[in-house]
This record gives sequence, structure tokens and C-alpha cells, in this order.
Amino acid sequence: MPAPAVTIAGPTGETLLAATGLRKLYPLAHAAAPWRRRGQRPLLHAVDGVSFAIGRGETVGLVGESGCGKSTLARLVARLIDPTDGSIRFDGAEIGAVPAPRFGRSKQRAAIQMVFQDATDSLNPRFTAFRAIADPLIRLRNLSGSALRARVEEAARLTGLPLELLSRFPHQLSGGQKARVGIARAIAVEPRLLVLDEPTSALDVSVQIVILKLLQELKQRLDLSYLFVSHDLGVVRLLCDRVLVMYLGRIVESGPAAQVFAAPAHPYTQALLSAIPRPGARRSRIALEGEPRSPIDPDPTICRLYGRCARATDLCRSVAPPLRRVAAGHHAACHHAACHHAACHHAVDATETTQAAPRPLAVGS
Amino acid sequence: MSQPAPGDDCRHPLLRVEDLRVDFHTRSGTVRALDGIGFELQRGEIMALVGESGSGKSVTAYAIMGILDAAARITSGRIQFGGRDLLTVGEKAMRSIRGRELAIIFQNPRTALNPIRPVGRQIADILLQHGGVTAAQAPRRAVDMLAKVRIPDPERRAAAYPFELSGGMCQRVMIAMALACEPALLIADEPSTGLDITTQAVIMDLVVELVASHNMATLLITHDLALAAEYCSRIAVMHAGHLVELAPTPLLFTMPRHPYTAKLIAAMPGEAGRLDMLAAIPGALPDLRRPDLPACRYAERCERAAADCREAPLLRLTSADGRQIACRHPL
Amino acid sequence: MTIAAFAGIRRFDGTLRHIAYVLAENPVTGFAFAMFSVFVLLAVFGPSLAPYDPLASDTAQALTGPSAAHWFGTDQLGRDIFSRVVVATRLDLGIAVIAVALAFTAGTLLGLAAGYCGGWADRIIGRAVDTIMAFPLFVLAMGIVAALGNSVANIVYATAIINLPIYARLARAEANVRRSAGFIEAARLCGNGETRIVLTQLLPNILPLMMVQVSLTLGYAILNAAGLSFIGLGVRPPTAEWGIMVAEGASNIISGEWWVALFPGLVLMAAVFCFNLMGDGLRDIVDPLRRT
Repeated sequence: MPAPAVTIAGPTGETLLAATGLRKLYPLAHAAAPWRRRGQRPLLHAVDGVSFAIGRGETVGLVGESGCGKSTLARLVARLIDPTDGSIRFDGAEIGAVPAPRFGRSKQRAAIQMVFQDATDSLNPRFTAFRAIADPLIRLRNLSGSALRARVEEAARLTGLPLELLSRFPHQLSGGQKARVGIARAIAVEPRLLVLDEPTSALDVSVQIVILKLLQELKQRLDLSYLFVSHDLGVVRLLCDRVLVMYLGRIVESGPAAQVFAAPAHPYTQALLSAIPRPGARRSRIALEGEPRSPIDPDPTICRLYGRCARATDLCRSVAPPLRRVAAGHHAACHHAACHHAACHHAVDATETTQAAPRPLAVGS
Repeated sequence: MSQPAPGDDCRHPLLRVEDLRVDFHTRSGTVRALDGIGFELQRGEIMALVGESGSGKSVTAYAIMGILDAAARITSGRIQFGGRDLLTVGEKAMRSIRGRELAIIFQNPRTALNPIRPVGRQIADILLQHGGVTAAQAPRRAVDMLAKVRIPDPERRAAAYPFELSGGMCQRVMIAMALACEPALLIADEPSTGLDITTQAVIMDLVVELVASHNMATLLITHDLALAAEYCSRIAVMHAGHLVELAPTPLLFTMPRHPYTAKLIAAMPGEAGRLDMLAAIPGALPDLRRPDLPACRYAERCERAAADCREAPLLRLTSADGRQIACRHPL
Repeated sequence: MTIAAFAGIRRFDGTLRHIAYVLAENPVTGFAFAMFSVFVLLAVFGPSLAPYDPLASDTAQALTGPSAAHWFGTDQLGRDIFSRVVVATRLDLGIAVIAVALAFTAGTLLGLAAGYCGGWADRIIGRAVDTIMAFPLFVLAMGIVAALGNSVANIVYATAIINLPIYARLARAEANVRRSAGFIEAARLCGNGETRIVLTQLLPNILPLMMVQVSLTLGYAILNAAGLSFIGLGVRPPTAEWGIMVAEGASNIISGEWWVALFPGLVLMAAVFCFNLMGDGLRDIVDPLRRT
């Protein structure tokens, strides 16, 4: 993959993280006959050629439904798993090459942290809240004694966790309190990038709002960037500057959140948005027929949405659409994406058909 | 079975719950889960029970179905259904009513189905139990039901096990099982929670369509006010075991009368423009084991609360058009 | 910090209250705990509590029935059975405790490795454990003692080996369930290496269940040791040990001297019974699902 001219969309104009051509393929062992060699096993394309950038101080939303690969992508960015292909540059350094088990000892470990979806699952049932928050500080910052206590209490204060709850165990805490512990643990080591994997979906609506406001406040206070993974479009719209829509391992649309939500260009995004329940009269639904295509050894020449899309033509069956600009900073991977200019091109540019993987995201008008 | 029963007409609701009170006896105390719930449901109507988790909406549904936990005690109330009080008919009669006239679909479809039995057989089981169908006809009818819920390739899918189907498909199977005997009342307990949003929309559309074609009454239990608003003609808002407001959907949104309802509406992310326009609901559900619960259980979270809210018994007003409000100082 | 993690950082008030509740609900468990304390006391102070020297023979008093002077009577060599039973407590309990400790340590570590790492570690350890379990365990113990030689140490090793699979399997299952849990991933984010995760994050979570198994295995280990001695492998006369005493007294039952075999047998049964009951009670105490 040629090195992309990936520039940024962050408010300060500085790229924090740039992912290029990321792929994560899982060989399916059980589906193969034992005598088939490793190289011939069917592969599950969890993430299939994803390129994007996160700017400093930016919140990038990653939306998609189950099976689209967003959780896998989140874990690739957080370096919990290794990419099969592609590069991840963080603050100028190439971190994709360091194997995940060794990454724990590199100095970027503290700079990228993660908040998990299920706070109950992500807290060790035998550790107090204090111990949970202290863990990264002990391992990554070598703190101990009173310095440790001070830092843990500060993290708790920042997340609105009452100090007397620090000696409690997870089963003695409410859902919202556990969420705060998870966030406190993530920010304790002063990261630059926080990957949030559906941090509020397991919470009650009322608690969700409180946690979302907390996240926004923390972002401003601590100068953080967020990669916010969620299936809840309403929340993403409120919190994110830019949004990436994923489907079957690929980014199908990307752009400023307000614009993507107001005028979605890709049929999948349109279907997603039309599915959100709203009070009042039922809007006309854009229904996607059938089930998603298989992510196992997908045909690279067919659009992933083919078979479910009302706009499908023969072109969609023979050429997989790359990400194409539809407006300033707004890209969609569709041959028939809605355009925001008066003249609309549906014809495929000849030079684009030669590439098997989607072009890297070239942001900026 | 979809013919109106003798004596059943528009004036007589299909389901009437009166003053239902349910307690749970646990190791750490008695949980007063429901405290005087009452509402009516007509044939062909879709009504929502909306509330946060712990508000008692599932308990209400399970009480109607008679599948409450062994630790539950129904201390008072009546559930009138088809001319009978379901709380007095006894387990044997309930078993024949359940599935045939009353049906329920649950959250988390894959776990609600029997994992070691093909789905076609599970539908056939219900038909054989209640449907007056012979063993020879049952498999064919099961496939018909699968086709009715729009599962593609129903003959082949009838032999599939739940783990081979996606979440959306499992939910369709559950709907098929629930509707197999064409019940008069369908209870849907958070049917779309846990499903992808596009699947959610499709499933809800399917339920509503099938329910309309059979003129079934439907009680939709959900925590998602927006979902209730889209599909239901009336919404009942529950809080800590009380039914705080019941109103037709458009009226509920334009003129909420209970402070809690107003707060719930303000917490919906759907229409808000910015995050700071959303307001969290202060406080939390009170611990229902407390002996000193205030009469209005929302009083401790309510900024309009006055002294009489805590002491004087909860004031429930029912207006002629069926609107209910349980508040001394409504908006 | 590591020590604290191993200690489980319990909040004592909640735990004690729960223990008191379990004991109150289930008096049989309370009784089992009481019996256990008695056995421990006997094991620790046995030799000084015994009224007679367990090895002193007095053929004039041979085979006398229970009386005020000899509570459990005397055996063929005139030795006081009560003293012998009391002193044997230390040996039997000692064998069982050491054997179970070895089985527990080795089994847990192997099981953790197998369950957490998966892959080849799992396959190899799994096959080894399966091999042990393929034999009728007592027969395997017999074989080991016969091969290695007749001594107390070898009984301990044999008992440890045959009890290892239980711990290995339990640890493996628990590790397998938890290895994909969120807190393990979170631990990696915190910079923990894999070994550290297994020992400080995973182990404290599975220890409670393992402790329950310890109590149950103790009962089985005592029975095992007594059984081996009964058939002549392991402990040799004139050492006082419950199994040997039952063996020696077995032939006397026909001639009417029932007390020689009965009392050691009863005490052996009481010990095993007590450990099993205790195991059930422990499970109630530590099983998080039953906690309010």
C-alpha cells in the first residue's frame, strides 16, 4: 500500500492517529478439513481495508451493526490485537508493527486507553475500585504509596466518583458507578487517545446522559481524542465531530457528523438512520432486504451491500465501489451515492477500478 | 379464534388490570414491586408500558401471564381477561389460556428458545398443545407460520437450531410461536432490545402488521420511549411500581402531565440538537425494600414535590377519556 | 500489592455475616465445622491427649472390650485402641493435607496454563490429565506405591497424583471461561504481562471454588490413605493408622471382638463425612450466586 497523504480533520489540524489499509483476517480452523494447509483455510474478513485518521482533540464516531467489525477495529487501534495487514501510526510512531503482547511495555501503551462496554465485565470482581484504578498507574507509571493514592483520588474526582466508593467491590456499585470506575481507570495514566467501545449501551437512559456529559467534559479538560464506537446513532450524533460508518469490515461512509446525519449519501447509512424510532408519524422506512453477505472470503469485486440495496445495478455487481468524495470532507463508497453538487457523476472513473482495496481517506477539501 | 367471543364488544375491554399489588419476598426484605397498577386494553390496540429498569413493567407482564417468580406474592388486585379473573382461575386453567389466548415474546430471543430443539418443532409443539392440530398437520402449519413471519426459505429453516439463526431470525421464530394459535392478547417484553437497529425496525414493523391483521391487543414493554411513541396508540409510564401517567401518545408528548414523563421526554437523544440540551433525571429509583417509602415514590426525585406528596396517599385520577395521572401537583 | 491480591482483599464484616447466616440456616454445616475443629485439635495435641502409649503392648490385657479403663477396648497386642485412634489422627490428617496441598498447587497451575493459553499447552496437559483419569484411581495409587516402595511419603505422592486431575480440570474450566472477560483485556491495557495477569487477576477469582474442592478432596484423600494401608501398602505396623487398625481388627469380628475394627472405622467415617459436609457448607459461603 502506498503511504497515504492522510491529512487531518481535527480542530488543531494535527493528526494523532492515522490508520492505513488496516485488515484483520481470522482463519476459520473448524471449517477446514484438517489436511488443508494453513494458507488455504477460509478467512473471516473482520476488518478489510480500513483507513482513517483521528485528529488531536477530535471525537470520531464509529457506527455499524453487529458483525461489521467495529469492535475489532477498536481493538486494533487500542493494540489489543495485531493487524494482519496495514499500518497504524500514532504520534508519528508506527505502532502496528509491535506485537500486542509486547506493546504493554512500550511507552505508547499509556497514551492509548480503552473504556469497555460492559463495566461489570471489565472490572475484576475481586478488586476494589481503588485497586482497579491503581493498576495502570502501578504498572505503567510506577507509582506507589501516597503518590499512587493521590493520583487515584484525582482520577476518581475527575469522573465524579465519590471517594468513599473506592474501597467497594464491583458488585457493590451501581451501573453508573462502575462506568465511572472504568473511565477513571482509563484516564488515570493521562492518555492522549481514548477508545470507547459502546461505553453507555449497558446503562439506563438516564445514567447514559450523565456519563456522556462526563465524557464530553473530560475530553475538553484533559485534551483527549476519542474513538467512539457505538450502534446508537442518536448518541453518536450528539457527541462526535466526525463519523465513520462501517459495514462488513469496510468503511462505507465518512464525514462530519452533522452532515452525514442530515444528508447521508450511502444507502446503508440511509437505512440505518431511517430505522431510528421517532415519535409521531412513522417515516417511510428504507428497508434492507435479507441478511448481510458472508464476511468469509468475500468477493472483492462485488459491493458488500449488493443483494440488499434498492439502488443496485450491474455495476454494483462487477465493481466494488471505493470511497468517493460526495461533499467537502464527506465520502461514501457507493456507485450511486447522493451527490451534493448540481452535476452528479454516476459513471465510474476508470482509474478507480484498478484498485482492489478502498482508497485511503484523503480528507480536506 | 380470531372471531370475537360472545359478549365481547368495544365497550368491554379485552384486558382490565385493577389495583394490582405484587410483593417479592427476598432474603434482604420484601420488595414492593407493584403498588396499585390499573389499566385497560381493547382489542386491536397497541399500548406501551414504559419505564426505567426496575420500574415494574416486566413484573406486570409476568403477573398477567401468571409466570411470576416463586418468591412473588400477589397481595391484591384483579386481572380481568375474557370474562375471567386470571388471578383466581388456577394453574390448570392458566396453562390452557397461556399460548392459546395469551402469548408473550421475550427479550433475548436466542436464549428464550430451546437450544436443543429445531425451531420448526418448537412451533409444532405449541400447535399440538393448543391449536387443535393433528400430529400430521403440525409440521406443515409450522412452516406456514415461519413463512408468515417472513423467514426466507422456511422449509429449510424449520430444521435449524436456534444457534444457527441470527438474532433477528430467532425473534421472528418467537413471534411465530406466539402467534401460532392466534391469541387475543400479545405481550411483547422488550422484543427489540439486543437487536441491531435495522433488525429492530423490521421486527417491530412485522409485529405491528401481524397484530393488526389478527385484531390482537398488544402490550409492548419497553424502556425506549421513542419506540413506544412510534408504534403505540397509548403509553403508560411506570415508575418504581406505580403507573404515573397513561395517555394517548400524541397527547403524552405534547402535554405531559406528570413531571417524570416530562423528564423522560427531555432525556431522549433523538430530537435534541446538542448534548447539553439533554437533561438527566436526578436521583435514582428508590429502594423498594424500604419500609418508609413516601406515598409518591417519585417524590424524592421531583423538584415539584411538596409535603403532601410524601405523606398523603397517592392521588390517582382517571379522566373520562381514559387518561390516568398519579400526581398531586401535575404540570 | 501482590500479597493483597492473593489475600483476596475481603471485607470481613460482610463475609463473617454471610458465614453466620449460612451456619444458622444449615445447622448440619455448623456441626461439620465443629467436628472439623475437633479433628484438628486431635491432630495437633493428639499424642499428649492419649491416655496410654499407643505402641505399648500389654498382652495380658489383649482383646478386652470397651471399659472405663479402655474406652475403645484393646487389640490383639493389648494396646489401647482409643489412644491409637487419637494418635492416628495426626498421621491420617497429615497425609491427607500434604497430599491435597500438592495436588492443589500442581493441579491449579497446570489447569490455569491449559485453560488460559489454550492451544498446545491445553492439548498436552489435557492428555496427561486424561491419562491419569483413565485408570481407576485407587488402582493407580496402589500401582504407584507398589512401584515406588512402601512408605508414608509414597502414599502422599500417590494420593497427590490421583487427586491432581480434579484441580486441573476445575482450574482449566474456570480459566477458560474467564480468559475472554473484559477485565483480562483491561489488564493488558494496564500494561500487565500474561503471566502477571494469570497470577494476580485470574487466580484470585478462581481460588474460592478451588477451596471448596479442597475440602471435598481431603475426605477422599483420607479414605485413600486408609484404603492403601488396609491392603498392606504404605503404612506398616506397628504405626497407628486408621486403615491398618481396621485391617488388623477385621479378622477379629468373626470371633466376636467387634470393637477392634469398629472404632477406627467409625472415626474414619466421621472424618470423611465431616469433610464432605464442610465442603458443601464452604460452597454456600463462597459461591457468589447465593450471596445477596
